Amino acid sequence: MSEHQGLQNDLPRRRLHLAVIYGLQAVMGAALAIPAAIYLLFPPRSKKEDQWVEAVDLTRLSAGMPEEVVFRRNRVDGWKVSSEKTSAWLIKKSDTEVVAFAPNCTHLGCAFRWEQRTKTFLCPCHTSNFDLSGKVLDGPAPRPLDRYLVKIEGTKVMLGSIQASPEA
Amino acid sequence: MRKTVMEWIETRTGLETAVKHFLYEEIPASAGWHQVFGSVAMFIFLTQVFTGAMLAFNYAPTPGEAYNSLRYIVTELTGGSIIRGLHHWGASVMIIVVVMHMIQVFLWGAYKKPREATWMVGVILFMLTLAFGLTGYLLPWDNRAYWGTVVTTQIAGLAPGAGQYVQRLMGAESGVGVVTFARFYAMHTLLLPLAMIGIIAFHVFLVRKHGVAPAVGDNLPKKKFFPEQVYKDTIAIFVTFLILFVLAVAVKVPLGRLADPTDTTYIPRPEWYFLFLFQLLKFFEGKMEVVGAVILPNLAIVALFLVPFIDRGKVIAVTRRTMAMGVVVIAAIGWTTLTMGALKDTPATVEDVTAAEEGGPAEWASLSPEELAGIGYFRRENCASCHAMGTPDAKAGPDLSKVAIKRDASWMIEHFKSPQNLRPGSQMPAIHLPDAQLNALAAFLLKLNPQNVTALMSAPDAAVEGAMVYQQNRCGSCHQVNGVGMKLGPPMNGLSKRRDRKWVEGHFTEPQKFSPGTVMPPYRFSPQEMDRVTTYLLSL
Repeated sequence: MSEHQGLQNDLPRRRLHLAVIYGLQAVMGAALAIPAAIYLLFPPRSKKEDQWVEAVDLTRLSAGMPEEVVFRRNRVDGWKVSSEKTSAWLIKKSDTEVVAFAPNCTHLGCAFRWEQRTKTFLCPCHTSNFDLSGKVLDGPAPRPLDRYLVKIEGTKVMLGSIQASPEA
Repeated sequence: MRKTVMEWIETRTGLETAVKHFLYEEIPASAGWHQVFGSVAMFIFLTQVFTGAMLAFNYAPTPGEAYNSLRYIVTELTGGSIIRGLHHWGASVMIIVVVMHMIQVFLWGAYKKPREATWMVGVILFMLTLAFGLTGYLLPWDNRAYWGTVVTTQIAGLAPGAGQYVQRLMGAESGVGVVTFARFYAMHTLLLPLAMIGIIAFHVFLVRKHGVAPAVGDNLPKKKFFPEQVYKDTIAIFVTFLILFVLAVAVKVPLGRLADPTDTTYIPRPEWYFLFLFQLLKFFEGKMEVVGAVILPNLAIVALFLVPFIDRGKVIAVTRRTMAMGVVVIAAIGWTTLTMGALKDTPATVEDVTAAEEGGPAEWASLSPEELAGIGYFRRENCASCHAMGTPDAKAGPDLSKVAIKRDASWMIEHFKSPQNLRPGSQMPAIHLPDAQLNALAAFLLKLNPQNVTALMSAPDAAVEGAMVYQQNRCGSCHQVNGVGMKLGPPMNGLSKRRDRKWVEGHFTEPQKFSPGTVMPPYRFSPQEMDRVTTYLLSL
């Protein structure tokens, strides 16, 4: 009983204590959580320069026929730059125009392949189908195939970064 | 709604009762501001766990990558330097808070019966805190970390009888290296945190079991831990955290140069809280060294541990504990004098590569002798007459700075020997060189990329030709340069700081005369070869 009365008398004091406890704890929590969130979520500072890599010689491609080309490029991966093998599906439209599709299906990233019989790109995972321009014919893929930036120097096909298809 | 949820949680888990039981602990009426340090230490430990885990998200714990990943954290990641700052300064703050906690308990005599075990468990926690500092010190793998740990492990080796085994446990028997690193990392992030959490729980359990120590003659009715004492604890925690946060933001933690075991110019110093031990060592020489390095510190730990049994008198008011105050004052004076003495001859300049501009040493100096020799064969075979090297000139062969990356060494070597086998129709003539030299050429080409090609192509002739002599005489079978080669003989980096040209030249001709007992055979170089290889070695 007496303790209860004591608490009653101390009520404003108790309120102040609680306010300070919760207030300061919230401030400290934020002071730790905010830098940590920034640290984990913000991308690294250094800008990744777009590197152009020579993938293949134009003369080795036959017009209108998709061909998978394997080449090496440097990838900035955290604190390392690693040289890794990567591939592209190239279609020569003319001697000055080449389309280069990134090798992964736009649905969940599986590697697709060219089906000569149906003349489509088929993803073996969930049977997404794409036509020669990368457009989705059927299946769950949400957007057309992504493309590498392409530039042609003499007879060299140079590939840059991967971008969403302009038709997307 | 909220009430129903709370009720459900309470009936199914009993969490509310447990929390209330914890918070509404009865504490003496005399409890107050002097008893906040334990809570502060606990809080700082928890922030260390958090910031440590955050660092581990972007840290590669091997000597090969630790430094680069930490450098990435502090220079590339937004907020990375704050997280590292909090963790770095948190260690110092934690040690200060733990020591203050111990001084308070000591002055008030709160370790007396029945709280002897609480004190002893507390001393173990203090030791664990120091162990955290010691093991964490190595993890940046810069010069400071490396050399500091070299000294630490050597001191551990001085322990009579046990020294060798302690060193073996630390993985430092044959010097600080990958094994040491793995063990320190495992201690720092696995064993020590587990031990710490378990023993803190036991410590808190003991505090609860015996209750917070009351002041002498405190017969007033007890009060509750929450909210009044929690309020005081929270304010103390906040003030400490504020200091820590300001340190982390305002005082940049340096990241030195990458650990270099051959850097003889680096003056190693331990972290500030170990400086007094470092200074103490200076008073003991020769055979007596073990006294200062091992015996005295261990005696101090034992004495600390046994405090409750050394001072067994009745609890008296803190104001009357003159003896205890005397001990604290003498210890403080001793510690300060030793630390100041050590600080006096500590170099003030701290190297910090995060502040320095990129560039560093010349690009060619980072190549292994074999790769550097490859530049020599490249020049000798006039490869550049047909191959562009990062320049837009139109030449018969491809630009090697761009295409070399696509091949591996075995392809290149076969291609050098018979270019038309792998590239039908190639106009390239075969290169007629021994395998070892073709290897060197391939090793160099594999290092090439568009960024470093210009710098590498301008490597000075003297160094390149010296590296060719080095490679042809297989110096690498016994010596290391830039971490490549065997460790039978001494590493060659930093040679110019150890020896002069006359000594090196004399040593080549008559090794026995200059270092008796050496296994190095004599070398009969032409004057030109001698000049080149010596110039190269002295430039490392």
